[in-house]
Amino acid sequence: MAPDGSARAIATPAPLRPARSPGVSSLERLARRRSTIAFVMTVPLILVIAGLVAWPAAYAMYLSTLNRRMTASVGFDNYMFMIESETFWMVAWQSCFFAITAVLLKALIGFWLAHMLHNLPVRGQRKWRGMLLVPWVIPPALSTLGWWWMFDPSYSSINWIINVFGFPDVPWLGHPWWARIAVIMVNVWYGAPFFMIMYLAALKSVPEQLYEAAAIDGATSSQKLFYVTLPMMQNIISITVLFSLIVTFANYDIVRVLTNGGPRDTTHLFATYAAQVGILSGHLPRGAAVSLFMLPVLAVAAFFILRGVTRRTREMM
Amino acid sequence: MSEVNLRKVVKLFEGGVQAVRGIDLEIADHEFCVLVGPSGCGKSTTLRMIAGLEEVSEGEIWIGGTMVNDIPPKDRDIAMVFQNYALYPHMTVFENMAFGLKLRHFPKDEIKRRVDRAASILSIGELLDRKPKALSGGQRQRVAMGRAIVRDPKVFLFDEPLSNLDAKLRVQMRTEIKKVHQAVKTTTIYVTHDQVEAMTLADRVVVMNHGVIEQVGPPNELYHHPATIFVAGFIGSPAMNFIPARLVNAAGALTIQLGQGLSVPVPADRTARYAPHASKKLLFGIRPEHLTETTRTDKQNLAPITVDLDVIEPMGMETLVHFRIEGTPVCARVDPAAGAQAGAPMRLAAHMDQMHLIDADTGRVL
Repeated sequence: MAPDGSARAIATPAPLRPARSPGVSSLERLARRRSTIAFVMTVPLILVIAGLVAWPAAYAMYLSTLNRRMTASVGFDNYMFMIESETFWMVAWQSCFFAITAVLLKALIGFWLAHMLHNLPVRGQRKWRGMLLVPWVIPPALSTLGWWWMFDPSYSSINWIINVFGFPDVPWLGHPWWARIAVIMVNVWYGAPFFMIMYLAALKSVPEQLYEAAAIDGATSSQKLFYVTLPMMQNIISITVLFSLIVTFANYDIVRVLTNGGPRDTTHLFATYAAQVGILSGHLPRGAAVSLFMLPVLAVAAFFILRGVTRRTREMM
Repeated sequence: MSEVNLRKVVKLFEGGVQAVRGIDLEIADHEFCVLVGPSGCGKSTTLRMIAGLEEVSEGEIWIGGTMVNDIPPKDRDIAMVFQNYALYPHMTVFENMAFGLKLRHFPKDEIKRRVDRAASILSIGELLDRKPKALSGGQRQRVAMGRAIVRDPKVFLFDEPLSNLDAKLRVQMRTEIKKVHQAVKTTTIYVTHDQVEAMTLADRVVVMNHGVIEQVGPPNELYHHPATIFVAGFIGSPAMNFIPARLVNAAGALTIQLGQGLSVPVPADRTARYAPHASKKLLFGIRPEHLTETTRTDKQNLAPITVDLDVIEPMGMETLVHFRIEGTPVCARVDPAAGAQAGAPMRLAAHMDQMHLIDADTGRVL
């Protein structure tokens, strides 16, 4: 109550911008601005990113312009050397082939597994989900060792099974194409559960009523998949594919353990080749140049995929 | 020929929950039938069984002379409007409406003709290129209805289609739905928990409770002649008053004793009907609009009672007054000019022609 007995408004609406009063310094005003507060609160994250991402990236760029002993700048010579090298182009081709094939297979198998899980009764679902996630939880270097043993020319258990069905032995890690298939197989085995779990979450978020509406509209199960499920999952599919593409393209451990790039460098990826050139052969600047070739490829893919995601989000959500 | 028949339909959910307990219902061609009841009464489950979205546990459902128990939804020739509209968010309004026709391989120009016609009935012609996200709730509801209309089905099914709209839009869309039904005349089954929607839209109202049908009839019949205490209390707002009462036979005239010194006479034409129930536990039922100020003289059979008012609720065109009879809260509707005042006594008149007597044990209206 006001002194005169009349009721007073409980809160007076605050002005949108604080009025300029002589008592408030411009520094204080700056500190009070929402954008300033937001910036200050993100400073720790900016520092982490600067320290762990920006600085190493910038240093790699600088490194790639030096000579072998890292004493003088050679400009773009390291890049030019790579572009003229036949092995480098083979590595580039193998990286693209490996990443695209593996991501495609992971996406398909993950989608299929997610659908199977989604249609299981709820009680059985958790058990199967847990079991199917196992490949993704084991450290890949360790599980790849297991695969290496299964591919071993002398005691390969996979060959033993193939023999049971009357087929001859397969030189898994000794022949370029079989070795390429082997690294893709292991990568798919390791990565498909990630797709499965992402797709399962996406499937669960599609409202049941859309399927009911589609059923009444006359859709068969495959039409429901193409006209309802896939369009509704498009964003999750895009983001998962982009993420997996980056991780698969930059894969190191599986190839390192399984084939070490062989036979005859045919299974090398950018990362393993960069390590071989930079560390094993002792030419660090050239290794840095190899790894930096990944950047434009992934940046272009990321640009197009994220543009699609943003557009769909604006239209649908 | 698009009548819908339900014969001894039962729905048993996993875990033994019986949502629908053997209902029989015949819905005529072109009829607008509204299933109404509180949540959990089985009305939506019944609708979903008719749509084919839920299996029928027992009994038969017939649409247009065909038993549809084992026919999938797409082959039942029905269209449904959902509570949350269920529009496909990645399709434009046109694509949403055309989807069912496209799946049924209609020629393109026929699809366009039908969508344009439905769009003009619902006045959404200018929205056809938009995605559902860019529409308001009312517009989405229209699109959902358009999707049903273009199919030209045997039966329209509406599952609480107005629940997500604000009060003003709900009234507006209610009129739209009625207009659409008058234009296309398709047999319609409409589920709602709102008795006002049921009363205003329906040719016939089906009141459900605990998985059974309490009463079926035209809105006015349900209002004036409810069969059970549930229907009497559910239809009408504010709800009917139920006051514990005793029948007293004094010198050949039957009176209803409502409490100490408060009694009203039974109308002469009902004496014979009520007399055999004199020994039973009874409830006197009267709607607030039939308890009015005494100044109205155009009505016969007014029984005066005097009460002490507790609360007054002025509504503008009328005033609701609340009081108690022997501890039972009672509401009456009086003229704002009648001068009702909280805490003051008021003389009211019970319109005895509109009263109901209910057997408290069976819940049946006598």
